[in-house]
Amino acid sequence: MLRALVLAAVAAAALACGQPDADAPASRGGDGGAGPALQGKVLISAAASLRDAFSEIALAFEAANAGVDVVLNLASSSLLRAQILEGAPVDVFASADISNMDAVVAAGGVAGEARIFARNALRIAVPKGNPAGVRGLGDFARPELLLGLCAPEVPCGAFAGRALARAGVVPAIDTNEPDVRALLTRVELGELDAGVTYVTDVIARRGRVEGIEIPEEHNVVAEYPIAVLAGAPNPDAAAAFVAFVLSDAGQAILREHGFAAP
Amino acid sequence: MTERVSRRRRSAARLPVLLWLPAGLGLTLFLLPFAGLLARTPWRDLPVLLTSDIVTDALRLSLIASLSAAGISLLLGVPLAWLLARAEFPGRSLVRGIVTLPLVLPPVVGGAALLFAFGRRGLVGEPLYEATGLLLPFSTWGVVVATTFVAMPFLVITVEGALRNLDRRYEGAAATLGAGRWTVMRRVTLPMIAPSLVAGTVLTWARALGEFGATITFAGNLQGRTQTLPLAVFVALESDRDAAVAISLVMVVVSLLVLIALRDRWWRPL
Repeated sequence: MLRALVLAAVAAAALACGQPDADAPASRGGDGGAGPALQGKVLISAAASLRDAFSEIALAFEAANAGVDVVLNLASSSLLRAQILEGAPVDVFASADISNMDAVVAAGGVAGEARIFARNALRIAVPKGNPAGVRGLGDFARPELLLGLCAPEVPCGAFAGRALARAGVVPAIDTNEPDVRALLTRVELGELDAGVTYVTDVIARRGRVEGIEIPEEHNVVAEYPIAVLAGAPNPDAAAAFVAFVLSDAGQAILREHGFAAP
Repeated sequence: MTERVSRRRRSAARLPVLLWLPAGLGLTLFLLPFAGLLARTPWRDLPVLLTSDIVTDALRLSLIASLSAAGISLLLGVPLAWLLARAEFPGRSLVRGIVTLPLVLPPVVGGAALLFAFGRRGLVGEPLYEATGLLLPFSTWGVVVATTFVAMPFLVITVEGALRNLDRRYEGAAATLGAGRWTVMRRVTLPMIAPSLVAGTVLTWARALGEFGATITFAGNLQGRTQTLPLAVFVALESDRDAAVAISLVMVVVSLLVLIALRDRWWRPL
C-alpha cells in the first residue's frame, strides 16, 4: 500500500510535468552547434546514499541546461527498482548496487547498458565522541551495546552482513533500519552506539558522527551503476544527465562527497 | 402546505438515487486496492510464505502490541475521556487538543517525538536509563508505547462524545435513590456508554494493528522483538513482493474477522 502511494506520487510528479516537446526548435541562440537544446523535466531515481552528491550534480546539470528541470526521487535502491518494475515513468536509475540494476536490465527496463559511475566502501558510524568505545566490526558482537544495520533487504544491509561474515563476527543487532539515512540518524541522536554505513554517509555528517575504518580485507565496496530507462519519458535529457554524471565535472562532485572513482 | 409536503416527499424519494453514485464510487475506492492485492496473491506459495518465522513472529508481536495498546487505552483513556467530558478546569480545550494531536500528527513525527522524550538521550529516557538501565526504543515495550500513543485518541474521542450525549437525568435519579458516585458510574453510566466503549476499543485496536510510522521511528525494526506485521510488509516489499503480499493478506483477514465478528455481536446497537 505504501509502495503504491509512493508510485502514485512519482507518477503524478512525472505526469504533471508533461512530455518534452519533440518538435521544439532544434537549437537555441548561442549554443554554437552543441546539439538540440534539452527541455522538460527529467526524473532521476537515485539511491538514498546519493542524496547530497546528486542534489549538487542536479544543480550543476540544470545550470548547464537551462531548459531542463531535474527531479530527484531518492529512496533505497530496492524500493526504486520495485517502482520502476511496476511501471513508474522514470528517466534514469542510479542504483547503489549491481543486483537491483540487474533486475531492471533483466526485465528489459534499461535502454542501452548500465555503467558503473562510482564506488563506495563501508565505514562504521558512531556518535560524536564514540561513547561506547567502538573500535571495529568485532564490537558488533557485544550484546550490551545498541547496534544497528540496514535491513538485509537493502544494499547497505546486505554489504554489512557480508563484511561482518568476512570478519567472522556474529552480530548482536538491535535494529534493522529501512535505509542508510535512517540508521545514520539514530547513530547521530546517540540512540545507537554504532552502525555500519557508507564512507560517504559519514563524510556527509562530519561533525555529527564519527567514522571508524573497516580494514580492506573485511570491507565490501559497493559499485554504483547508472542507466537510461527504456520507458524514459524524456530520453534525450536522460542520456545527457548520465553523460554529465560520467563527465569530469560530475565525477569531481562525486569525489567531493567521498565516492571513489569507478 | 400540501405542496411543500409533497415536494419534500419527492426529494426524499429521489435522494437514494442521488446517493448511489457517490456511495458506489466510495465503495470502489475501498474495493479496488483489495482486488489488486488478491490479484497479486501467490496462492500456491501461500502456505509456505505464511508459516515462515518472519510472518509468525510479526503476527505474534502485532497481536501482543495491538491488544496491549487497546487494554492500556481502556485503563488510561476512559478516565481521560471522563475528565474531558465532565470536569471543569482551565485549559481544558488545550488538554483536549494535546490528547487528539496524535490523530493529526504524521506518525513518523510522533515516533521522533517519542524518541526525544523516551530515547536513551531523551528528556525522560536519559535519567530513566541511567537510574534503571531501562530502555524503551528497540524493545517490545517501545512498540506498545508507540502504538498506544497513536491509537488511544480514538478511544478518548469516542468515549468523551458518548459521555457528553448521555442523558444525565438517569445518573441524577440513581444518586437521589442513594447510589454513591462510584456505584452510579459502575451501574448506570458505564452500561449506558457500553456501545461507544466497545466501538472505541475496536477502533483503537484496529489503528494499533496497522501502526507503522511511529513504531519504526521509535522502536526500530528487529524480527521477533519490534518487527510488527506492517514493518515486515514494508521491509519485504523491497525484496520479496510475494512475501509482502502474503503478510498484507494476513492483516486484511485478521482485521476483517475481528471487525465483522464484533459488529455482529456487540456493535449492533450503534
